[in-house]
Amino acid sequence: MSVNYGSKRVVVGAHYGIRDWLAQRVTASLMAAFTLVVLAHVIFTSGPIGYEEWAGIFAAQWMKFLTFTTIIALLYHAWIGIRDIWMDYIKPVGLRLALHVASLVWLIGCAGWAIQALWRL
Amino acid sequence: MTETARQRPEFRNINAISDLPTYRLPAAGWVSILHRVSGALMFVLMPFIIWMFDNSITSEISFASFTAAFNVGIGFVPGWFMKLVALAIIWAYLHHFIAGVRHLYMDAMHAVTKEFGKSSAILTLTLSLSLTVVLGAKLFGLY
Repeated sequence: MSVNYGSKRVVVGAHYGIRDWLAQRVTASLMAAFTLVVLAHVIFTSGPIGYEEWAGIFAAQWMKFLTFTTIIALLYHAWIGIRDIWMDYIKPVGLRLALHVASLVWLIGCAGWAIQALWRL
Repeated sequence: MTETARQRPEFRNINAISDLPTYRLPAAGWVSILHRVSGALMFVLMPFIIWMFDNSITSEISFASFTAAFNVGIGFVPGWFMKLVALAIIWAYLHHFIAGVRHLYMDAMHAVTKEFGKSSAILTLTLSLSLTVVLGAKLFGLY
């Protein structure tokens, strides 16, 4: 196999790069911030948390705004991560393309479901 | 390229079944591969996570069926199994979160020494596993 690492690395077309690297970190930070906000809600709620308290966390408009952003961040973050896994382990191009498409269908479907559940509240 | 670099051995066609279990990974290596494993696990279980989110916020009735799924089970799936899956998600989230914060910290602080890599990896594994045990005990009603 010809040398394709180090200074001879083929970088074109792989989409490994500063954009995805940065996107992965920005989306991660957004999700981490969201986690801390939800955690703070749960911790500072007095008494046992039933339906009213739990749904109330997500009912506020600003919280829907933040949750929506987090779902989109999750969609993008998971796409980059899963695509990296396929690119690392799956070499046949046809199979890789099929898995990429299946991952996108999975992720976009999941995001749609989560957003619908959120905005119905 | 230096002479020593050129003579480094190359390992291709690594067999996942026979070769991988013989690898002895340092702590940072475990954090790294588990970061990937936990991410893949959450990707696979994403519909279940959204099902929990959907049912827990939609109505009093769906909230009741959400809690019942873990207490008495749902369909042919017993409640303890649902809790086990939830525990897997708890571990995956904790590991992915803490290992991710470690990544961000290393990027921001240029913390790339071998010593920091090792100590922070051990901290990551200790924190994620102990928090999983604490939350898992709560989930299974031990306290």
